[in-house]
Amino acid sequence: MTVFGLGPQDWQAVALSLKVSSLATLLTLPLALATAYLLARVDFIGKTLVNTLVHLPLILPPVVTGYLLLLVFGTQAPLGKAFAGIGITFAFRWTGAALAAGIMAFPLMVRAIRLSIEAVDPKLERAALTLGAAPWQVFARITLPLVTPGVLTAAVIGFAKAFGEFGATITFVSNIAGETRTLPTAIYTALQIPGGEAAVLRLVAIAIAIAVAALVLSEWAARAVARRVSGA
Amino acid sequence: MSLSIRLRQVRAAFTLDVGFEAPAGVTALFGPSGAGKTSVIEAIAGLSRPDLAQISLNGRVLDDSPAGLRIAPHKRRIGYVFQDARLFPHLSVRANLCFGHHRRRSAGQFDDITALLGLETLLERRPRDLSGGEKSRVAIGRALLSGPDILLLDEPLAALDAARKAEVLPYLDALATYGLPMLYVSHALEEVLRLAQTLVMLDNGQVTACGPVEEVLSDPDLAQHLARDDVGAVIRATLTGDAPDGLSQLTCGAGPLFLPRLPHPVGTPLRLRIRARDVMIARTPPQGLSALNILPATLRRIDTAAAREGGASSHTALVTLDLGGTPLLARLTRRSVRLLGLELGMDVFAVVKSVALAREELQLGAPPKPRATP
Repeated sequence: MTVFGLGPQDWQAVALSLKVSSLATLLTLPLALATAYLLARVDFIGKTLVNTLVHLPLILPPVVTGYLLLLVFGTQAPLGKAFAGIGITFAFRWTGAALAAGIMAFPLMVRAIRLSIEAVDPKLERAALTLGAAPWQVFARITLPLVTPGVLTAAVIGFAKAFGEFGATITFVSNIAGETRTLPTAIYTALQIPGGEAAVLRLVAIAIAIAVAALVLSEWAARAVARRVSGA
Repeated sequence: MSLSIRLRQVRAAFTLDVGFEAPAGVTALFGPSGAGKTSVIEAIAGLSRPDLAQISLNGRVLDDSPAGLRIAPHKRRIGYVFQDARLFPHLSVRANLCFGHHRRRSAGQFDDITALLGLETLLERRPRDLSGGEKSRVAIGRALLSGPDILLLDEPLAALDAARKAEVLPYLDALATYGLPMLYVSHALEEVLRLAQTLVMLDNGQVTACGPVEEVLSDPDLAQHLARDDVGAVIRATLTGDAPDGLSQLTCGAGPLFLPRLPHPVGTPLRLRIRARDVMIARTPPQGLSALNILPATLRRIDTAAAREGGASSHTALVTLDLGGTPLLARLTRRSVRLLGLELGMDVFAVVKSVALAREELQLGAPPKPRATP
């Protein structure tokens, strides 16, 4: 059965891409928030090292990141075995695609959130301390509400990055139809087939539609949140 | 209450080394910008970590760095009113006020304090819709509602223009009678005189004087730490009657003083400020002079500015007079001192050109007075 001229395999790729990038974004977001807070507000030994590690996926060729993931999370690798012990396998599975997408999106999300945390006046946090709020309450009641627009932005950037991730994904989990063939790898695959240009165009149109929808949705949400935060 | 502080912080550019005890009531921490005033109250609030900190409040130790003891800022029960109100922009005025209110919730306290500070009509507004004066009042209310043992005010009026200052000052008066100990940081002497009973003078990281406001300000040795126009004695007087010509008569130790009609009832103890530059000295009872306030006094001391390396004011002398037991300061030119032949122990007349009412004496721990909201 075909819809918009796309076969079930194509729709499978679209659905898989949405699943992979949503999961990657949702799971990475809290981690990115914690890392951004650490980098923005806490002074500790080895901060430069942590900062470099966080940015590594951004500056390394994606293929290198994918290969490193294979070395660390492969079926025979120590971390890969550890996760297999609790029933999660990454190599050549869609979960691996989500892992690769999340890792590639991580530095961009950390940067977006860090910028918005740094924009929060630390004097407000100190004022909250003198009013009897414990540090975690200060974070929950002052810092977090004030950085919500930044967190939303980070989620959109992260989703877009995860949705478009290609190099690390194809290196780490290959291009298995129905399992790891996301929208970008599906487009790539279609390009390899003689006469596949029409399918490529249709997939590209869907990719553009999803990206624009995500952007519009996030702009709307960010505006609503910003209104609430600044009290306009 | 009593607040006891000992702090030392050595930095390349600035050394803070202070120790003082503040009794109950309002204590002013007074000094020029950069004297270390804010460093002191940040240390009390636990927002900084000096090299040495020994702070106790009502016998409760907040800091004892030699013993390795330090209470976390959020457990200190200290109300800190920052110079820039620091209201939380994402919360309404009501939510700002309630931010620390869970600490010692008491029924009616919220209503009392919002009434005291005139905040009833602002509760649903956002901080960005408030004027500077309103923000200050909300910040004070927020600190009060957190149930503090002491209120630290860091120049709450400094960021406000004259009109806004005049709007907030009556609320600070009300606060001074509220019974909560306060440490009030300021470099404006008028505010100090109006609000404080105890004065701690700070200059270049050191305490230069500490004691009751009248005693400290009437000490000629401390004149060098004050701005030139701020030098002057503070004396106590009692309102004794109203004259039919629109003046009020007051009595101080040395005789009667006349001021434009005061609204207070007869018998009210008042605090008056007489600037050194507003006092002239006559050796004989002056005749044919328009000045009304002429008091007999004994000359106790003459400090020439030359002795104090004050280059710009070296042509003047600061003369200390004894006004029936209270000191009065007068600034004269050194030439006048020479021409009049002034000597210690001489009986003279002080001609007071201007008297300012610093404030009415406040009754400590009295219940808050009802005040009309502007």
